[in-house]
Amino acid sequence: MRRVYCDANATTPLLPEVMAAMRPYWMEEFGNASSIHLQGQKARKAVDYAREALAGFFHCREAEVVFNSGGTEGDNTAIFGILRAGDHFITTSIEHSAVLRAADRMAERRVDVTLVAPSKDGLIDPEEIRRAIGLSESRRTLVSVMLANNETGVLQPVEEIGRIAEEAGAYFHIDAVQGAGKVEFDVRRFRCHMCSISAHKMHGPKGVGAMYVRRGTPLEPLIVGGSHERRQRAGTENVPGIVGLGKAVEMAMAGIEDGTMERIAQLRGQLETGILAIPGTRVNGGRAPRVANTTNIHFEQLEGEALVIALDLKGIAVSGGSACHSGSTEPSHVLMAMGLDKNAARASLRFSLLKTATDEDVDQILRVVPEAVKHLRALAPEAAVTLG
Amino acid sequence: MTQSTKIAVAMSGGVDSSTAAAILARENCGSAETRNTVVGLTLQLWDQTRLKGKHGIADAPRAGRCCSLDDVYDARRVAEQLDIPYYVVNQEERFERDVVRPFVNEYLTGRTPIPCSLCNNHIKFDQLLKTARCVGAERIATGHYAVNEYDPARRRWILKRPADLAKDQTYFLFGLTQEQLARTLFPLGHMTKPQVREAARKHGLMLAEKPDSQEICFVPGGDYKQFITAYLEEQGETTPETAGELVTANGEVIGRHAGVHNFTVGQRKGLGVSSASPLYVINIDAGRRRVTVGADAELATRTLRARYLNWISIAELAGPMRVKVKIRHRHEPAWATLEPGESDEAVANFDEPQRAVTPGQAAVFYDGDEVLGGGWIV
Repeated sequence: MRRVYCDANATTPLLPEVMAAMRPYWMEEFGNASSIHLQGQKARKAVDYAREALAGFFHCREAEVVFNSGGTEGDNTAIFGILRAGDHFITTSIEHSAVLRAADRMAERRVDVTLVAPSKDGLIDPEEIRRAIGLSESRRTLVSVMLANNETGVLQPVEEIGRIAEEAGAYFHIDAVQGAGKVEFDVRRFRCHMCSISAHKMHGPKGVGAMYVRRGTPLEPLIVGGSHERRQRAGTENVPGIVGLGKAVEMAMAGIEDGTMERIAQLRGQLETGILAIPGTRVNGGRAPRVANTTNIHFEQLEGEALVIALDLKGIAVSGGSACHSGSTEPSHVLMAMGLDKNAARASLRFSLLKTATDEDVDQILRVVPEAVKHLRALAPEAAVTLG
Repeated sequence: MTQSTKIAVAMSGGVDSSTAAAILARENCGSAETRNTVVGLTLQLWDQTRLKGKHGIADAPRAGRCCSLDDVYDARRVAEQLDIPYYVVNQEERFERDVVRPFVNEYLTGRTPIPCSLCNNHIKFDQLLKTARCVGAERIATGHYAVNEYDPARRRWILKRPADLAKDQTYFLFGLTQEQLARTLFPLGHMTKPQVREAARKHGLMLAEKPDSQEICFVPGGDYKQFITAYLEEQGETTPETAGELVTANGEVIGRHAGVHNFTVGQRKGLGVSSASPLYVINIDAGRRRVTVGADAELATRTLRARYLNWISIAELAGPMRVKVKIRHRHEPAWATLEPGESDEAVANFDEPQRAVTPGQAAVFYDGDEVLGGGWIV
């Protein structure tokens, strides 16, 4: 059975160029980047080249790039590394759990946490952030907002939020894990102090990411030990991973310039048109600006979990909520924050296209989904109603 | 490979359901055309960390119980080993509504519930079958020790006691409908527990030696009183005031008790009164908050009434029948004459008085090895 993978927001495969770039650093050039000898120097050089690529990607100095293990570590570092008891943390109710659970911990440690809710289109209103900052008075304040939502793909107005944070003298962190590589990217324009990205969401390897940390930001490291990464992040550098990340961001930048994202947007359009032809469907967050590859669809009178499983058995890989809940599905906190009730949130599915998606992929999805939806609705017309 | 041979196996992460999955995935192969396609499903029913820290409930959930992350892990490892698709299906809301809440309410009204039967009726053989059909499986399989077969003469599906009578789970399955029985496979019905463990070893399942679970899956440490208090606290409800008098059968007040949910008929420990001869709970009157205690002999009853009946091997109870009746999981079925009672009830008159007939438990009627049907003791 030909399988179609339409869950790019969960993870992506390596591009062949990324794999090729990483290959020498497992066995031949295996050195520790901190070593003095030749092997060490070769590893150091590879890390430095990747840092240069990342600096080009972020639009920052090389010294402002910190390599780490991925998006969760970046989010955690920004939050735990800035905030102390008595400070004010402002974030949104549609963030990834890497931010929301860190916010919970901060609240336990006497940081005042304000959660800003989105509109029903899934957009954060910058004026709500301004109002929240107004509650800070003289307290030190960190604002953390995602660039693109992982479930709906909705792009948040980070430029405006950055301006507001800057005016108020608040620190600003962007969780750019889902947006990076999909839209024009410039931390200067975003006016952020920190920005976290992850390699595996942009056709790079898992377990590696990077953070932009503006010079002078009083960020305490999360992981201490050796003096790696200018004492911002201890631990022997993951050289092959870092090389892979460097190549992935280069490919992503090229992809934004060469029209790849326009092609993906067009495929997403075909996918949405096809699915919306099924009665009782609508796009969650469809009226807001979105990254090109993502669509989140509410199928009335359906249990999304059953549809995910049925589609998987028919060769289509999609996702219900976010995939980070130990294999079991909870109703999406993002969709609920947008005002959907539990049943509607459970009846929603995320389709997220790979950069390598083809017309054939979309055609295959559209051959399978309408039939599967019809089948499930015929079996359990009461399912969505009786739940909860 | 057609849809009709796709089977969804309910996998709890225990030896029985894992072995059932292994047998279906690897043994019942038949010809290439009739080969089974097996899909593993685990129902996520209860978040074991949910009540932690409330009312003295331990912080760390114990391993080896339904829905703990450990058990989901074990189930997934078995599915990986068998190379079958595997999914965790969340049924927490329904489980709470149809099993946990009624469990709490039953105790608060002086009855002694059986959550496993409620779970079988409302979740395992109802919701699981629906989920199975959604993924294209017309049949489900479970690791229960029971036998089901179709009798063309009676045109009914029959539920029978399994080969291993010590593991017989038919008592918990009396609520199955004809439709559910027709769609269910019990691959372990003709095996003994040692044979099941042997099969698990043969298939190289690493959990072949895993101990059986005995406790109620959502009650940590088996302390249901603590669970009820913690659950109500989490719900923002106060435990209803059901404290009252401890009386003898003659109505003599001999003490006070802290709440009817602390008692079950036949209970001896924790009565809070001392007496020359052992005292047992004879009756719980939740309306008057009275708990009657007395000597062991006073626990004996000749008659029971059962309601919310389900019939399996017969369409309905037309007249008196000689049956054996089982009144709790570990009860040796006793001879009785069963007859229709008032308002959809059935009445069983035992040949010999039975000890501690307990409201809230099931009465299951056996005709030889067959489950005639059953109901809930009034």
